[in-house]
Amino acid sequence: MSQPAPLPLVESLLDAPLPGSGIAWLDVARRENREAFAAGGLPDTRVEAWKYTALRALGQRSFAGGDADAQARVVDPSILALPGVEGPRLVFVNGVFRADLSMLDGLPAGLTLQPLSQALHGDAEPLRFALSRPALIEDARETGDAFTRINAASAGDGVVLRVAANTKIVAPVQLVFVGAAAESALAWHARNVIELGEGAELSLIEQHVASGEHTHLATLVSDTELREGARLHHTVLQNAAIGASMVRRSSVRLHARAQATLHVLELGGALVRHDLRAVLVGDNARLDTRGVFMPHGRQHIDTQLAIRHQALNTTSSSNWRGVANDRARGVFRGAIVVAPGADGSDASLGNKNLLLSPGAEIDTKPELEIYADEVKAAHGATVGQLDERSLFYLRSRGIPLAEARALLTAAFCRAVLDDLPNETLREHLSALLVAQLPA
Amino acid sequence: MLKIENLHARVEGREILKGLSLSVNAGEVHAIMGPNGAGKSTLGNVLCGREGYEVTAGTVTYNGSDLLALEPEARAAAGVFLAFQYPVEIPGVNNTYFLRAAFNAQRKARGEKEFDSMQFLKLVREKLKVMQISDELLHRAVNEGFSGGEKKRNEIFQMAVLEPQLAILDETDSGLDIDALKQVAQGVNTLRSPERAFLLITHYQRLLDHVVPDFVHVLADGRIVESGDKSLALKLEEHGYAGIVEGAAA
Repeated sequence: MSQPAPLPLVESLLDAPLPGSGIAWLDVARRENREAFAAGGLPDTRVEAWKYTALRALGQRSFAGGDADAQARVVDPSILALPGVEGPRLVFVNGVFRADLSMLDGLPAGLTLQPLSQALHGDAEPLRFALSRPALIEDARETGDAFTRINAASAGDGVVLRVAANTKIVAPVQLVFVGAAAESALAWHARNVIELGEGAELSLIEQHVASGEHTHLATLVSDTELREGARLHHTVLQNAAIGASMVRRSSVRLHARAQATLHVLELGGALVRHDLRAVLVGDNARLDTRGVFMPHGRQHIDTQLAIRHQALNTTSSSNWRGVANDRARGVFRGAIVVAPGADGSDASLGNKNLLLSPGAEIDTKPELEIYADEVKAAHGATVGQLDERSLFYLRSRGIPLAEARALLTAAFCRAVLDDLPNETLREHLSALLVAQLPA
Repeated sequence: MLKIENLHARVEGREILKGLSLSVNAGEVHAIMGPNGAGKSTLGNVLCGREGYEVTAGTVTYNGSDLLALEPEARAAAGVFLAFQYPVEIPGVNNTYFLRAAFNAQRKARGEKEFDSMQFLKLVREKLKVMQISDELLHRAVNEGFSGGEKKRNEIFQMAVLEPQLAILDETDSGLDIDALKQVAQGVNTLRSPERAFLLITHYQRLLDHVVPDFVHVLADGRIVESGDKSLALKLEEHGYAGIVEGAAA
């Protein structure tokens, strides 16, 4: 078999020094990952996890690696703000930390919040496991995970967030990733490491926003560790530029009695892929995920959820909605594994989808594997159109067809926001959903 | 106000209405009675423009214009209201929000100024009081988890807020206990006015004990076969539909 020609995408992987260059183990990890990506390339659609998301066109595109001018990009501060959210804020522009846009003064006691680029200047040892973790190898074998390799080879910045044991952080922490228009298409990367100590509590809001139109590629890899009894509310608002490609990989580990609630809105981007891998490693851990993806135009938004119950009496519930319009495509895969020994676990997964136009497509696949006893599990997925009877009911009361469709679609999506505790934020996100709907 | 002439309509290729004619003037209450399958609900649905109901012949004139040419929402804005036999549950849409959207859409279509939320809330409170309906209905999603009686009461409440000129009640009385029936009837009686007409589609006479109609029509096999005053309803109650339908056919 002949060696495939190197992908233009590979060129974007820098040899230039990144933050942390010179730390021996980090240099090794970056080099190994770069070589592994160059050799393995991108997965094709024969790989199960990429069956519905073709990467051929992406691989043929050229990107400039990183943004040397990131500090100078002008960003309208209003795109960073969220109603009902006031607290510490960490802002990255094209993957580079921007102190001038961030708010890090007077952090509450027990909260460590800093950019990775700075953390690597100090004692980098606590990050060693995350940044060179052997788990990469396992992932790569399973899914041909090229993007984790690209990220590990090229990310020089990102978020380092720690909450000390038994500390409740009241104000939500905001992480904002801005994709900013540049002279050419860029590839930028961010690596986030988040840890909540025993009994710690945190609200986290992650935003992906656009400053001008562009066609950048972004990869973001996040590890979140929740120690015994920790609680995390994590809200993700993905509103990237309509031409952008974005690949996010999040892994979450929940120890005993830890609880995480995740709300995700996927609105922007041309090609968007999010893999969430959660492992409930401690007894009585609980994970709730809610999300909505709304591709329109020619957008392609792919969400892959993999939840593994590995301990006694663990609970997960997932409720996802998809709405596709025009010629857009949505992909959802929700895989739950209840491992041997995870007796008494309760797992539910639902994905309901709406197609608003005949050219739109949503592929959904719930999967459930149970190897334990006394398990409660339910899963289901549907793809359909708006209910004609409901539409007629609204129209018979005088609501015009387009408005009736928007009203029903918004209601369909809003269901996943119902248990978002911050009411102002909930209203704002709900308004964003409505704004995404066809007029 | 409403003039139906020689109306023929099909559902799924089957002819249901076969030459129905009926005139309704402002201020009148007409009861349309008839056996199952006579075409009663088809009439209501055709008048409101439901998809799947194909008019093959005849005309419906409403306030001088062709009602059948209008989209359902335009009919509503023109003052036509259908109280559904089976009101739809719409999870995630708050009842008050829905009603205000409908109310304002109608006003907008008529070139009237829309109500802000304070004005609308005031109106709703007044209507609740007049209709003797609990405000608990307002805070729930449209019909979601409502009992049969609550759904019908919600229809009547919507009617009270939207103030139609022509209200069509499609078997609103069916499946109601006597208290709910009285409440629905009281709602209709409250809204009776010289400017407003009602079409009460019903299978049973019992609603007419509480809402006294000006005219009663018997609909059988897609046509009105007999018309009269309220005494016709009593005759039906006594003899059943069979006698009248056969008599008309002879």
